Amino acid sequence: MEQSKLQRKSIEYRKTILKIIFESGAGHTGGSLSCIDILNVLYNSVMDITPENFSSFDRDHFIQSKGHSVEALYTVLLDCGFYKKEDLGTLNNFNSHFIGHPTKKVLGIEHNTGALGHGLSVAVGMALGLKMDQKKHQVYALLGDGELSEGSVWEAAMTASKYELENLTAIIDRNRLQITGSTEEVNPIEPLQDKFLSFGFNVIEVKGNDIASLVEVFQKPKKEKNKPNLIIANTIKGAGISFMENQVSWHHKVPSQSEYDLAIHELNEAFENVQ
Amino acid sequence: MSNNMGKPNLEVFAETLLNEAKKNSKILVTTSDSRGSGKLVPYSKELPEQIIEVGIAEQNLVGISAGLSAAGKKVFAVSPASFLTARALEQIKGDIAYSDLPVCLVGISAGISYGQLGSTHHSIHDYAVLRCIHNMSIVAPADNFETIQAIKQAVNFKSPLYLRFGKKPMLDISHENKDFNIGKAKFVTKGEDVLLMATGETVQRAYLAAQILSEKDIHATVISMHTIKPFDAETFLSESRKSKVILSIEEHSIHGGLGEQCASILAQNDIKTNFKILGIPDEYMINGTQSDVLDYYEMSPEKISKTVLTLLSK
Ligand SMILES: Cc1ncc(C[n+]2csc(CCOP(=O)(O)OP(=O)(O)O)c2C)c(N)n1
Ligand SMILES: [Mg+2]
Repeated sequence: MEQSKLQRKSIEYRKTILKIIFESGAGHTGGSLSCIDILNVLYNSVMDITPENFSSFDRDHFIQSKGHSVEALYTVLLDCGFYKKEDLGTLNNFNSHFIGHPTKKVLGIEHNTGALGHGLSVAVGMALGLKMDQKKHQVYALLGDGELSEGSVWEAAMTASKYELENLTAIIDRNRLQITGSTEEVNPIEPLQDKFLSFGFNVIEVKGNDIASLVEVFQKPKKEKNKPNLIIANTIKGAGISFMENQVSWHHKVPSQSEYDLAIHELNEAFENVQ
Repeated sequence: MSNNMGKPNLEVFAETLLNEAKKNSKILVTTSDSRGSGKLVPYSKELPEQIIEVGIAEQNLVGISAGLSAAGKKVFAVSPASFLTARALEQIKGDIAYSDLPVCLVGISAGISYGQLGSTHHSIHDYAVLRCIHNMSIVAPADNFETIQAIKQAVNFKSPLYLRFGKKPMLDISHENKDFNIGKAKFVTKGEDVLLMATGETVQRAYLAAQILSEKDIHATVISMHTIKPFDAETFLSESRKSKVILSIEEHSIHGGLGEQCASILAQNDIKTNFKILGIPDEYMINGTQSDVLDYYEMSPEKISKTVLTLLSK
């Protein structure tokens, strides 16, 4: 897919994220906006996952370990044809399967997440299973940076490297914020590169809200033989909306009508400016 | 009976703990990126030296709390009930209960308070798993008064304790009885026809059900069984001998909580009665707000009173 088309999609996706959060009255705004470009590039130009092949294990896999950013995932899956707009319209309604975290009741979702620190272990298991069966498919897992405080992430990292899971790519949404404040104040995770290098990963940094850089990194990954991959995606929490960017308060804040209108206005302007 | 709406117990917990901690520098709060959810931002601003932040790491939280307790601190470890009691269960079992360290574990947004965030965030397993750990005490205050008393008693509690809080404003159900002691059943209303056993946020539902029943001239004893463990079997037994119908109501799985505790006591004491457990059934839980889900599983005051009538007519 052309990059300008991907760029336009990212803007449309942001509008959908805000719309469903605004209309359903709940959601994780900041973290969905920080990771949406990553999901866009993965689902539209990298991974082999479609509604048609989803029921088979013979395809690529994506685990959203930072499950709270489910609005980003719902948005991309909708655009990829996994379900209809009306289905997503039931978000947070009584008895809907569209809730505030991913569940397998929704087609296209691979694993139930929401408790942080689980996704990488599950992804390691999937990657190992594919490797045992000599399948070429890839497994991607998206983690939050605050999530890295969970010890289980590092247990999974050790096993990934033990089994030389070249088919595994963990992506850190490095937006530098969690609920309480900045990651470096709450529980410092730097030096992040060095940590994963010492755990035996092939580590790559990327501008995580820049389509061109993401396309480059995901389409032509500079892999190292027998090493699992770790992509540090340097993102902005709330990316794309001036007054939400880098604001810890937007972690799970729902926009008011005027904030919503302003945000949509900013996105419409950005859409006009795509080259 | 009068109905006065109070604040969320969680808010009252945070205010009370701040007051206690100002008087006692040994009190420490430990959090896992959870101070906002625990309403502890004012605490963290007023007493920055008395709060330890470990990041999103609940197992670490409980282990560190154990160590701080061994070092003579009075620790309140505050984290969503679900992550605290599922993720860190082994630390609770080994480092707190077995090692006998008087940490106070505070499970916030408990039960199904998180509504549409789904099962990863719900704690309908916590009574069950903690009940079978020796040396754990388990307390779920019903209203603001019980919350204040529970915190004050927790400060001086000499063994491991789990406190469970929801986040909805709660009715004052203590205006007629201000006798709160951990380990002792608390009467909310007294009546001779039925016995409603409830705990935590479901006490208010039982209390409202009793109001509906009293209009039909049926009189209920409502007990706030705030302490799930150690269970006040004596009070329960003497009350159950007097009642034609007994209902237990809990925001927890029907397995392993208040209801099964009651059932076990009834069966082993040869008490034949019309008894029913209300709770979350063992199924893929329906999605919705806390209130809608509790209503759906027959725990609305209307439904509770109807169930009582059905059992009475048996
Ligand atoms: C095990 C667990 N503990 C706590 C939470 C509550 N929680 C939800 S989101 C969040 C902050 C996540 O921060 P980060 O990983 O940096 O995500 P992002 O900034 O991308 O939103 C926390 C603590 C959780 N979902 N799971
Ligand atoms: Mg973050």
